[in-house]
Amino acid sequence: MKYLTETILLAVAAFIALLGAAFSKDSLFQAHAWILFFVLAASAIFLMRKVKPAAADDTRSDGYMDEVVRYGTIATMFWGIVGFLVGVIIAAQLAFPELNIEPWFNFGRMRPLHTSAVIFAFGGNALICTSFYIVQRTSQARLFGGNLGWFVFWGYQLFIVLAATGYLLGVTQSREYAEPEWYVDIWLTVVWVAYLIVFVGTIVRRKEPHIYVANWFFLSFIVTVAMLHLVNNLSLPVSLLGAKSYSAFAGVQDALTQWWYGHNAVGFFLTAGFLGMMYYFVPKQANRPVYSYRLSIVHFWSLIFLYIWAGPHHLHYTALPDWAQTLGMVFSVMLWMPSWGGMINGLMTLSGAWDKLRTDPIIRMMVISIAFYGMSTFEGPMMSIKAVNSLSHYTDWTIGHVHSGALGWNGMITFGALYFLVPRLWNRERLYSLRMVNWHLWLATLGIVVYASVMWVSGITQGLMWREYDDQGYLVYSFAESVAALYPYYVLRTFAGLLYLSGALLMAYNIYKTIRGDVREEAPMGAPAQAVPAE
Amino acid sequence: MTVKETDELSGTETTGHEWDGIKELNSPLPRWWLWTFYATVVFAIGYSLYYPAIPLIKGATAGISGYSSRAEVAKDIAMAAEAQSGIIERTRNSTIDQIATDDELRRFAVSAGKSAFKVYCVQCHGSGAQGAPGYPNLNDDEWIWGGDLETIHISISHGIRNDQDDDARLSEMPAFGVDELLERSEIAAAANYVLKLSGQEHDAALLGEGETVFADNCAACHGEAGKGDREQGAPDLTDAIWLYGSTPELILTQINRPKHGVMPPWLERLGDVTVKQLAVYVHGLGGGEDSEPE
Repeated sequence: MKYLTETILLAVAAFIALLGAAFSKDSLFQAHAWILFFVLAASAIFLMRKVKPAAADDTRSDGYMDEVVRYGTIATMFWGIVGFLVGVIIAAQLAFPELNIEPWFNFGRMRPLHTSAVIFAFGGNALICTSFYIVQRTSQARLFGGNLGWFVFWGYQLFIVLAATGYLLGVTQSREYAEPEWYVDIWLTVVWVAYLIVFVGTIVRRKEPHIYVANWFFLSFIVTVAMLHLVNNLSLPVSLLGAKSYSAFAGVQDALTQWWYGHNAVGFFLTAGFLGMMYYFVPKQANRPVYSYRLSIVHFWSLIFLYIWAGPHHLHYTALPDWAQTLGMVFSVMLWMPSWGGMINGLMTLSGAWDKLRTDPIIRMMVISIAFYGMSTFEGPMMSIKAVNSLSHYTDWTIGHVHSGALGWNGMITFGALYFLVPRLWNRERLYSLRMVNWHLWLATLGIVVYASVMWVSGITQGLMWREYDDQGYLVYSFAESVAALYPYYVLRTFAGLLYLSGALLMAYNIYKTIRGDVREEAPMGAPAQAVPAE
Repeated sequence: MTVKETDELSGTETTGHEWDGIKELNSPLPRWWLWTFYATVVFAIGYSLYYPAIPLIKGATAGISGYSSRAEVAKDIAMAAEAQSGIIERTRNSTIDQIATDDELRRFAVSAGKSAFKVYCVQCHGSGAQGAPGYPNLNDDEWIWGGDLETIHISISHGIRNDQDDDARLSEMPAFGVDELLERSEIAAAANYVLKLSGQEHDAALLGEGETVFADNCAACHGEAGKGDREQGAPDLTDAIWLYGSTPELILTQINRPKHGVMPPWLERLGDVTVKQLAVYVHGLGGGEDSEPE
């Protein structure tokens, strides 16, 4: 009986969730258990309707397992739009505080919803689905573990739903980028181990003699994130039927653990993982060999060795001992070139294919992505230098830095990858519209440029206002005055976010039409004189 | 699979590997990349030698500089305190009138007062000291308790109607309505009379009764002409400046069940010097009055 075991497992899990709701020690845990129950029960009913007597197995065991990648593509697009939308809303809340709706939709609860939605829901789904696609093709092997790939996908979506509803309900352990409470963390650990098994299993099965560079990066991302997640979330629950837990660490040790995790979430989730994406999609789309094998080896090992030490730069001029601050700073500075190795390999792979920039907006997107990668991996080491940090720390400059990396690098490379994937996954000759891709490119680029430059101005304004003394030795501005001064920048930031969001909506429409099999009648990209077809 | 070939466009040999159609060139590391990387490593080593860097069993290496961020901030604070200590001492030893008449002391007091005002006073009195309903505007020349330096200084030092300071200023208007001290019709007539006093639209027919009620119940504090009495903290009712609102409804409410704003005492919390500086700053906002000769 197909799906019978899965259905039974889901039903049992739903029942356990129901018990969790019944015996919960606090109302938040109860609310969360109810949510879990309804999600699991609905899934069980959905699956039950599909239960049918075992027929001839129609899944070819030799071919690639692409259905889960298709689901992943759609999930990436969906969570991307959710994350960008919440970003626009919280940007507007900062400019217009009346938009804070108590208690569920105030800034404090919406902000982690935004960061987790874009990093883990959008970025995480992008990483899982592209890594599944890439590892199969570069290993010439079907995804290992059969339906384990599906478990990873649906299990990860469940994690996202529990995390997101938790934030709005007020369930949080208040650790940046790791807000979900202990039981959600345990669930993510289970899913992540399954992910590791699927990925490593596929590599072990490979028919190629060597492991492709993209897979090194994916593997380092999966392994390191597992380690970071486990250590950072070490905590003791107050009750096994309650939401609250207390961290295993205290004081500055807790802060350092948190930022060791936080910075390496950037390093291994948003850098290493997405470099894996770049190493596959850029040479494929450009149809050029990777620029330098040696550079990829050297920058891979130097990047993963150096990154893990850089976290303390988030705690400059705090209670953290001076030696640890020195450590964080010098490792961040040394990280500059290893990061740029990826940029060089990406851009130089395009040498010989630069003419494609005229006709292929997807290549343009990838170039812009790599350019923002280079920009933010220079800005990062620079901001880690203590003298610079004393001005930039706690200001919007940091927010701008994160977004030039996230919107520019992570967003753009993901968009490029999705535009590459969708026609291939659904067997379409081409995208519905390349001109819409071009519109998306410019809307997004303009959004990022406005966002980053506005945040530079507001961040430096903040930093300077906070440290301004008059000739008598007294602070000139109060904190509230520096907040009031930022109003125009916050309005502009909201506008920039709207640009970026509207580009993504255009993309969703384009992808929807492509999946349907429609092709838009339009003039091909590029100068008419050359009449180069877009495809 | 490992067939090395030469890429036509770049003339570089490939490594001979191929994955899903992707090949790799065997390009050497870019020299500038490598040398910049080495340079950052050299910088890192040098920086680690100069600053505290290597953790040991007890503490860490101090580095050539012997730098410590705690020592640095302590030094900065000591320098700032040193720079201000002379003038702070003079402020402490001067009366408030002496501070206001000495150019140097006054300039220092205004800076310090402004800085303190932004931290402690803006929550109620507003960032421009413009006030809000229930919280007096400090820029105008209407003062409930008086606007000369010494009076402002006392108001800030001990606050208004708080229970932390025995010397807090105290005034309490009776709740004429809630405590049934007056009939409703009498209250309405009094409110109408107050409207007339402040030059607002009112009912002329009720004025006679209102005047009587006012003279019997209100004039003791607010004065016969309604000009108020600073000795008792009774506001002037004849001008356009209102603490709790000027509409007939709000005046009626205030007579029925008066609101009594509270201000905390600041002397103990901020110290004598800061409170003097705050008084000089507030006095200089625009409505400060000259001290009355005793």
